[in-house]
Amino acid sequence: MFFALEFPPINALLRWPDIFPTFNKIGLIAVLSALIVIIFYSMANRQSAALAPTGVRNLAETSVEFIEEGIVMQTMGKAGLNWTPLLLSLFLFIFLCNIPGVIPVFQMPATARIAIPLALSLLVWVVYIGTGLKHQGVGYFTHLLWPPGVPTALKPLVGLIEFVSTILVTPFSLTVRLFANLLAGHVLLVTFGLLTEALLFARTSQVFLVPMSVLPFIMLVLMTAFEVLVAVLQAYIFTILAAVYINNSMAAHDEH
Amino acid sequence: MEALSILAQQAEEGLTAADQKSIAAAANAGFAYGLAAIGPAIGIGYLVGKSVEAMARQPEAAGMVRTTMFLGIAFTEALALIGFVVFILLKFA
Repeated sequence: MFFALEFPPINALLRWPDIFPTFNKIGLIAVLSALIVIIFYSMANRQSAALAPTGVRNLAETSVEFIEEGIVMQTMGKAGLNWTPLLLSLFLFIFLCNIPGVIPVFQMPATARIAIPLALSLLVWVVYIGTGLKHQGVGYFTHLLWPPGVPTALKPLVGLIEFVSTILVTPFSLTVRLFANLLAGHVLLVTFGLLTEALLFARTSQVFLVPMSVLPFIMLVLMTAFEVLVAVLQAYIFTILAAVYINNSMAAHDEH
Repeated sequence: MEALSILAQQAEEGLTAADQKSIAAAANAGFAYGLAAIGPAIGIGYLVGKSVEAMARQPEAAGMVRTTMFLGIAFTEALALIGFVVFILLKFA
């Protein structure tokens, strides 16, 4: 007959017991990510810049170069090189929060809870609105509400859409993109893990079902590889979108 | 067949209101995600296809095309992900 797969309630997958009050595994992962980045770059900084880079410094320089070549130069051009530190820290922090999703013992991406993506996208939100105000003054908001170069009849409509999309939709979509991608990955891995377990230990008269557990297991391995890709890609996409938004508020309406 | 329909009838009678609500929620959650995935699927397929075409025509512009492609994917994919969040809300909340 049928045997039902007992899927645990969603809180069992996402809510972790406190290690000590107000501090659980998510907090631990976030703190560890920040510490790893800080320690890594201070170690790299201790080597002389005059010599050819080796070891830690080599990796650190490669990462900086990746952000400069792959993200800043592609989206902001030379004027954006000052933004490299912010974007580099965003990329590394998000990546190190994502990757515990596939690391045994942790098995939980810190970004699968909405707190960290929300905080990061609010940070980006403050940064790009601040940049807009710094570069264009109050004109930043009037440009948003009354965009130049649009037929006057359409201005209220376009202005409203622009305003809502810049002020409200952008941080929301940044948050949801990162959060939902990682949550989906986490739930997917749990599903295939549960399927494997349920088939392997199924109390059933049909013995041929038990070796079938290798199929969800293969899928689990492939999905784990895919989750590594997602962890890198989502960190990259978040960073590149942050760069695009900052660039937009820096120079959006200079040509008018 | 007869046995099955009797089984189904018996099962239906034994359902409480909460059970029926959770069944409806699960079914609707499935539909919601399925529908939400159609548009972004077409969009991402078209986007990546066109990008590959562009990269094949002009390999020297591949870096720029790739960046723009990822940007486009990120915006298109957001819709599917909102669908997934709706799925989670319907199913579990």
